[in-house]
Amino acid sequence: MAVLEIEGDTALVSPVRKRHRLGGLFLAAVAWIVLIGLAAILAGVLPIQSPTDLDMLARREPPSAAHWLGTDQLGRDMLSRLIYGARISLTVGLLAPVIGVSIGACLGMLAGYFRGRLEAFIVGGVDVLLAFPPLVFALAVTAYLGQTVLNITLVIGILGIPAFTRVARAVTLSLSQREFVVAARALGATDSRILVRELLPNVALPLVAFFLLGVAVTIVVEGALSFLGLGVPPPAPSWGSMIGEGRESLDIAPWLAFLPALFMFLSVLSFNIVGDTLRALTDPRPGAL
Amino acid sequence: MSGVVSGAVSAPLLSVEGVAVELPTPRGRLRAVDKVDLALAPGRTLGIVGESGCGKTMLSRAILQLLPKRARLEGRVMFGGRDLATLDPESLRRLRGPELAVVFQDPMTSLNPVLTIGTQIIETLQAHLGMDATTAFKRGTELLAAVGIPAPGQRMRQYPHQLSGGMRQRVAIAIALSCEPKLLVADEPTTALDVTVQAQILDLLAREQQRRHMAMILITHDLGVVAGRTDEVAVMYAGRIVERAPTPALFARMRMPYTEALLAAIPKLDSAPHTALPAIPGRPPDPTRPLPGCSFAPRCRYADELCGRAKPALEDPDDAGAPYACWHPISGARTSWSASSP
Amino acid sequence: MAKFVGQRLAYLLPVLLAVSLLTFLIASLLPGDLAYTILGDQATPEKLAALRAQMGLDLPIWQRYGLWLWDVLHGDLGRSFRTGETVVNAVLDRLPVSLELMVLAELIGLAIGIPLAILCAVKSGSATDRFLTGLAFGNLSLPSFLVAILLIFLFAVQLNWLPATGWVPFGEDPLVNLRSFVLPALTLAFAEWPALMRVLRSDMIATLQEDYIAMARAKGLRPARILLVHALKPSSLTLVTVTGINIGRLIGGAVIVESIFALPGIGRLLVGAIQARDFIILQGVVLFVATGFVLVNFIVDMLYAVLDPRIRHGRA
Ligand SMILES: Nc1ncnc2c1ncn2[C@@H]1O[C@H](COP(=O)(O)OP(=O)(O)OP(=O)(O)O)[C@@H](O)[C@H]1O
Ligand code: SF4
Ligand SMILES: [Mg+2]
Repeated sequence: MAVLEIEGDTALVSPVRKRHRLGGLFLAAVAWIVLIGLAAILAGVLPIQSPTDLDMLARREPPSAAHWLGTDQLGRDMLSRLIYGARISLTVGLLAPVIGVSIGACLGMLAGYFRGRLEAFIVGGVDVLLAFPPLVFALAVTAYLGQTVLNITLVIGILGIPAFTRVARAVTLSLSQREFVVAARALGATDSRILVRELLPNVALPLVAFFLLGVAVTIVVEGALSFLGLGVPPPAPSWGSMIGEGRESLDIAPWLAFLPALFMFLSVLSFNIVGDTLRALTDPRPGAL
Repeated sequence: MSGVVSGAVSAPLLSVEGVAVELPTPRGRLRAVDKVDLALAPGRTLGIVGESGCGKTMLSRAILQLLPKRARLEGRVMFGGRDLATLDPESLRRLRGPELAVVFQDPMTSLNPVLTIGTQIIETLQAHLGMDATTAFKRGTELLAAVGIPAPGQRMRQYPHQLSGGMRQRVAIAIALSCEPKLLVADEPTTALDVTVQAQILDLLAREQQRRHMAMILITHDLGVVAGRTDEVAVMYAGRIVERAPTPALFARMRMPYTEALLAAIPKLDSAPHTALPAIPGRPPDPTRPLPGCSFAPRCRYADELCGRAKPALEDPDDAGAPYACWHPISGARTSWSASSP
Repeated sequence: MAKFVGQRLAYLLPVLLAVSLLTFLIASLLPGDLAYTILGDQATPEKLAALRAQMGLDLPIWQRYGLWLWDVLHGDLGRSFRTGETVVNAVLDRLPVSLELMVLAELIGLAIGIPLAILCAVKSGSATDRFLTGLAFGNLSLPSFLVAILLIFLFAVQLNWLPATGWVPFGEDPLVNLRSFVLPALTLAFAEWPALMRVLRSDMIATLQEDYIAMARAKGLRPARILLVHALKPSSLTLVTVTGINIGRLIGGAVIVESIFALPGIGRLLVGAIQARDFIILQGVVLFVATGFVLVNFIVDMLYAVLDPRIRHGRA
């Protein structure tokens, strides 16, 4: 039996190397998220210009000492607009999945734990929500409700419920047959105690990974709405609307579209990298990357 | 080393020389096969016997050049005068089918689930014998009939899941035989099957082997299976051949305590189906942590201090054509495992 | 097979009904009411009351749903209060454009995704595999409107090879029509191939380790046949499912792409309806798209069964 215990030295030769390679990318992604997050939080106190002040004499200017990243088609400071745009992207991007994960986790765990009719009902309800192509659903609901940051957040949040429900249900299903749950039940623990104390901690980790992937998706959807001019109303700067406005001057000032595009791409990529790394770590299947 | 060739008269069709297989695993290198030498003359049968996990499948895959991608192969696999291990892929492909064929352990997984039985036979015939579709279909039907499948024309159009396990294994055998191979490797062809059809499949294999004068390697964990059906037997333990002898000689006088233990573990005909095998006590050693001495020592009744310290080589001191690897071979006629004392 | 179809059908109908209900409920989220929106500046209390009575807006909500559903089932999704065009006509008019776009995009996506997936699976773990998997991953983080901007900048603005706009009907000039679809279809395909590749790759890697692949090799088949017939066919089952799931994203992508490249498809119709606050058209388009989406997924399920003999022979 002793043979089985001495594993540390040679174990996992190749996976370790892989994790190191992933490490650099992972850290870069975290660094970008922190940077953009801090900038968004501190936008008010940073020594940057107003994102909405027009300067019709300095339109589409290249970077200069006064405007580090130049100005847009109305002479507004690009850097400042990018930072304030991060505020919107991150606010919507973080809050919407919070809605999705809270409701989805509850529904999924209840469905996976109690099974039966409740499960059929929840799965059916989720399927109906999935019957709408997400962007079409978001467009339609915000069109009726009105295009505000709150409404957009709510809609994208609701759209996220199915994914989170599925993950939570799948994990709960596989866990509720395991020894520790069976043991807890045999010892007379109540259902709510088992759900909260035994299952929730185990469901939480995969959900966190999915949450981060959800942030990436939300940033894209919000960006798409704003890009179409159907998202956050002007003059509030949003990366999506900046890209949409910059598209008009691709021939003379392509950076007006490319700068916010780059910010959005890096942010989405970073959340995807961090989320996917966590997902791979919590996925029991080997090599599930 | 006498390098026993079964049917020593003719030159060997296959000779395995110093073959070792190493697999990378999370726990380190796993030496699944360790310096194995074997030889087989045309038309003869060799049984390879050993417990689960002793490396029988890896040895057969090394012979067939079907090892997992990350496996490392040492040694030579000489087949018809050519080393398969260094043969280019295209020449190897041409050998497979008309020269070398295999029947796998589990007929549930060895047939492609989304292709019809017919397709899976016909494609082999077309690849090697250049038959047109009509001829190949006719020949395929004949082959199915030859391996005892009723209504073969209808079976050709069915999918594997529509056939029972025994039928599927017959199909796999028909495919293996389709291009008249010179060597057939059957890796535990009946382990996954119902007890009632096991004997039928083994008899089918034996019959076809004789009829076609084809060489065969029959792999099994059951000494009883090789008893009447092979010319020679090689016993494998922990990746090595530990005893080898012509079949009648082996059963008349086995030298290796492990072989003896295997014999004691043969399921009796009268035992109810699906009862647990009377296994050999203890477990084989961890293949990633080779022992310095005899790998069987921890489970062997005859083991002493020498066995734990030094590894016995596969030798044939009496020149009986039956080498074994043991410091304290059993002498005399067959001893019962339970009667022997340390 | 019949049992399988029956099961799926029994599930399809309630889902479709729920979809219609949800569509109806979304439309009732409108603050104020439709009569107010239609009349706009000219709204007087009398006119409002008259219009409400005419449209049945003063009935209880469940009754309104019933009436609306009844009409819908009779092929009447209402008509635009701006142009007078019926929803059905508007949708059918634009449908071919959207279908052409999505089919072209899916074909390009498959044409890129399948070979790359096979390449990666065969060389799994190699530098090529790691590079392509990384590329696919990065690509998934690139929203379609960013791809569109990049492609327009490159091919329309810088190189001037392809038009960014300028759609004409296929019947009028097939070549110009196809040319105008190149950039939009490429944009959508950019989002498609990574998803297809990732799924097919991991499936192929698993398939290549199956016994029946070892068997195919042992039979001495040519590598091309082993890969394309023995490995790809069983692996393509999941590919079909993914293609189905992806259609939702494809539709969303089409909305954006049609707007950017001025293609007169369903997506343009939808965005136009929102901008013009033409809520009847909007409701009709949403119902149409959601229903179509559900039906396509149903068909994909059936296709799955046709491809997999185990399901086809009723062992599902
Ligand atoms: N793909 C693989 N990767 C790593 N190790 C493997 C792999 N396949 C088999 N092994 C290991 O190699 C050793 C030999 O396995 P092998 O399959 O050859 O045994 P076997 O004698 O055929 O057993 P069985 O009777 O169960 O078929 C075992 O320890 C097994 O765990
Ligand atoms: S060498 Fe020793 S341990 Fe090994 S089989 Fe012979 S007697 Fe037993
Ligand atoms: Mg085996």
